[in-house]
Amino acid sequence: MKISIFDKAGAFAENKDVARDIRALEILPALEKGEEVVLDFDRVDAATQSFIHALISDVIRKHGGSALDRLAFKSCNDTVKKIISIVADYMQDGLGPPSGGSR
Amino acid sequence: MGFDPASPEVLEITANDKWIAIHPIVLSMVAALGSKVAPENIHCQPLEAKSRHYLVRMGLFRTLGIPSDISIVEHEPAGRFIPVTRVRTSDELTRFMTEMIPLLHLEPGQARTIGYIISELARNVIEHAEAEQGALLCAQYYKKSNSIRIGIADTGVGIKATINRAHPAETDLDAIRLALWPGITGATAREGGTEQNAGAGLFFIKSIASVNRDFFVIYSGRGLYKLLKKPASSRPHLKADPFDDRHSKEGELPFWQGTAVGADITLDQTAEFSSLLDAIGNTYRAAVRERVKARYKRPRFI
Repeated sequence: MKISIFDKAGAFAENKDVARDIRALEILPALEKGEEVVLDFDRVDAATQSFIHALISDVIRKHGGSALDRLAFKSCNDTVKKIISIVADYMQDGLGPPSGGSR
Repeated sequence: MGFDPASPEVLEITANDKWIAIHPIVLSMVAALGSKVAPENIHCQPLEAKSRHYLVRMGLFRTLGIPSDISIVEHEPAGRFIPVTRVRTSDELTRFMTEMIPLLHLEPGQARTIGYIISELARNVIEHAEAEQGALLCAQYYKKSNSIRIGIADTGVGIKATINRAHPAETDLDAIRLALWPGITGATAREGGTEQNAGAGLFFIKSIASVNRDFFVIYSGRGLYKLLKKPASSRPHLKADPFDDRHSKEGELPFWQGTAVGADITLDQTAEFSSLLDAIGNTYRAAVRERVKARYKRPRFI
């Protein structure tokens, strides 16, 4: 499944309600069906940490770090890449050491 | 600036006869106070200072719903300011970001930084403040310092009430300190926050100001925290504990029911947002690891 962030949140992705809907209605159901999800950030100029947190933190909390094996981030600029990395890191740090299975 | 919260049903605005120099945070606070007062109970003394037209241009009287006889000289047609604007909902904020940020005529990189700050601050109000009147915000470009000054205020429950939902904070200043700490949110005591809140927004904003050696102030209840500008010679270093930054603080100010935040972002020294994120990420991760480690069980050696 491929999701265009620009189509849903615009060039400056900051609306957390939109992020919540993408997470709850698209990302989580797809992962639970075993599908791979591609979040396409093409034409997204910037995103807030809050937006990215609302988009992926619960995915990592529910599926553990292994969620990142089935979740890919496409066409991110440097800024967006760094914000995604910060959120992915602190979520995994907060989970403790990897247990090998999903949480 | 000073304010007396003794009679919340009346708003009386006074200013110096010779000069008016108001940071946007003050305009936002006046507008926020006025948003809870009936227009007939708002009184503004006749303003004499030459710069009085600034209050009209920034839309203060319009927002308060009171007339003004000050005429404006439109010497700068587009201007570089965002007049006092009320934002109550998530969709209103998104519209605001699209329509109002361009009024500041910024380079793309600068617009990204300013937009980031405004979005995070306003969303804090929308999500946590329980402020019926929403967020009152405005911004102004200052040519002399080549900076954007931002102000945002609400008359909601304040930071202490919000933080206390998940963390103990005895005073308003304790609560402000926790709110600025990376990974601390009033939404939960759990590490990593909730699915919607990480407790990172204010830390990011304070970090942006700190790295750029800019001014940042936050006022809630009786507490005020001010990040002081760093000398150009000093090497910016991010701190998880806001009290480790160069700062000043007050704990016994007149009670502000809600939260007010001000920030000055100097445009010509604004660090590339991307490199700034490296420093923020490192500090954030270190702070989370320290907190997690502090909760580790220790072996019992008997």
